[in-house]
Amino acid sequence: MKRRDLIIIGAGPAGLSAAIEAAQYGLDVVVYDENALPGGQLFKQIHKFFGSKEHRARERGFRIGQQLLEEAGRAGVEVVLGAQVIGLYDGLIVQVVRGDRIERVRANAVVIATGASENMVPFPGWTLPGVIGAGAAQTMANLHGVRPGNDLLMVGCGNVGVVVAYQMLQAGCRVQAMIDASRAIGGYGVHAAKVARTGVPFFLGHTILQAEGDGKVESATIAQVDERWQPVPGTEKTFAVDTICLAVGLTPATQLSRMAGCTMVNLPGLGGLVPATAQNGATSVPGLYVAGDAGGIEEASSAMIRGRLAGLAAARRQGFADSQAAESRGQELHESLDRLRGGPFGERIRAAEELMHKALEKEAACQTA
Amino acid sequence: MNRLAEHPVLGTYERGRRVTFTFDGEPMEGFEGEPIAAALRAAGVLTHRYTAKNKEPRGVFCAIGRCTDCVMVVNGKPNVRTCVEPLCEGMAIRTQHGLGNGAVAEKEERP
Ligand SMILES: Cc1cc2nc3c(=O)[nH]c(=O)nc-3n(C[C@H](O)[C@H](O)[C@H](O)COP(=O)(O)OP(=O)(O)OC[C@H]3O[C@@H](n4cnc5c(N)ncnc54)[C@H](O)[C@@H]3O)c2cc1C
Ligand code: FES
Repeated sequence: MKRRDLIIIGAGPAGLSAAIEAAQYGLDVVVYDENALPGGQLFKQIHKFFGSKEHRARERGFRIGQQLLEEAGRAGVEVVLGAQVIGLYDGLIVQVVRGDRIERVRANAVVIATGASENMVPFPGWTLPGVIGAGAAQTMANLHGVRPGNDLLMVGCGNVGVVVAYQMLQAGCRVQAMIDASRAIGGYGVHAAKVARTGVPFFLGHTILQAEGDGKVESATIAQVDERWQPVPGTEKTFAVDTICLAVGLTPATQLSRMAGCTMVNLPGLGGLVPATAQNGATSVPGLYVAGDAGGIEEASSAMIRGRLAGLAAARRQGFADSQAAESRGQELHESLDRLRGGPFGERIRAAEELMHKALEKEAACQTA
Repeated sequence: MNRLAEHPVLGTYERGRRVTFTFDGEPMEGFEGEPIAAALRAAGVLTHRYTAKNKEPRGVFCAIGRCTDCVMVVNGKPNVRTCVEPLCEGMAIRTQHGLGNGAVAEKEERP
């Protein structure tokens, strides 16, 4: 069996950042990604990022993706595409499918950076062709240059909802309405305002009742909800749309961390079930780290820092990084992450992290008792 | 036509060379290397398959290879995720019926 210093699963912002950081210390690093293109979700993010310059604010996602790829190349990272990881045994034996072959490779350390998948909400008609994830709409338009439809209804006004709605307008689609069961817009105000300025109506406190159509979406009916989130009769509205985009949250991809036997915790603030991790992404399985959305839903900027932390930890574990220099580098990254999570959007993450550390302490106490 | 000629942020799209393929026997055009699903969407095709029991239509849902809603019979091979499978010259793409025993489906369709 081949042996590598570090195997990274997923070439999104988290995985590439982990690879770059670790390779700088001289580790032999390979990154596997099942896609034909590296970069994860970054390449469909054509809007400018928020925050400070340190966190690459005002840069567009796809440019950051290109930079990461170039940096990885210079650092000597091997990126293998079309390589789907289907198994993780003893935490550190990676089973990967390439074409029609299955290979097994042993690593001294592994970083899981497999991202997340989109949630859905069931309603009558939700399986009709034309009901798609908001991420799917973004992929079709921005990556492949094909409009997913002409007249859209966006379900969900969180970050993904407002960002993708604006991108669909940029792609020349008509957004007939934005709805959200909550009475507040969850997404960044700037993006929501840009959508609202184009005249798209927002229906807050509304839910989708059903999608109608013969073999494909032809219209959608929404209604207001009461305090118990039940539809209020008589408030129904029907829109002629050919596409319904669902932007109702993301769920961390945990198949591999569960398979490896990581201790898991359920933290709604991070998107549901996630592996319990220390701040550097170390899971309960020695040598196995998690970074980015696979360890809890956040955003691309923090995925990059969490990736770097995991890469650094993997290098330290194997004695590659001089301990004093690594100590201060770790400190620097932690501080950067704290600054990023400092705003109101970081509150949810900070609270969830606190719960995670409490859960870990409790477990440690049980084990020593 | 659902293809974007130009994008306000991205400019013009880099596409592969123009190729022809067939959808249920009907000739269509697309660009080499783009996902089959993108070429079909541009050509106005939304239904990729029909479910086994209730024969309900299904199309693209996630577009990143996660949900398997978009599977079709490609060159006789069933259950191909068309949202991630690149388009090639001369591909024979067919609507998948049920669990996708492509060979049987094609035989049944022949006069
Ligand atoms: C629709 C959508 C819109 C978003 N909008 C924003 C936004 O506006 N701003 C923002 O900051 N963030 C946004 N995000 C979130 C942001 O994209 C993510 O937080 C960030 O991309 C996470 O990075 P990642 O590296 O963890 O995962 P990803 O970027 O998802 O990368 C994961 C990679 O792992 C690969 N992979 C998965 N499983 C396997 C496997 N078994 N074997 C091999 N490879 C595998 C995938 O192919 C993928 O390339 C959005 C996300 C989505 C889905
Ligand atoms: S649309 Fe989900 S796998 Fe293709």
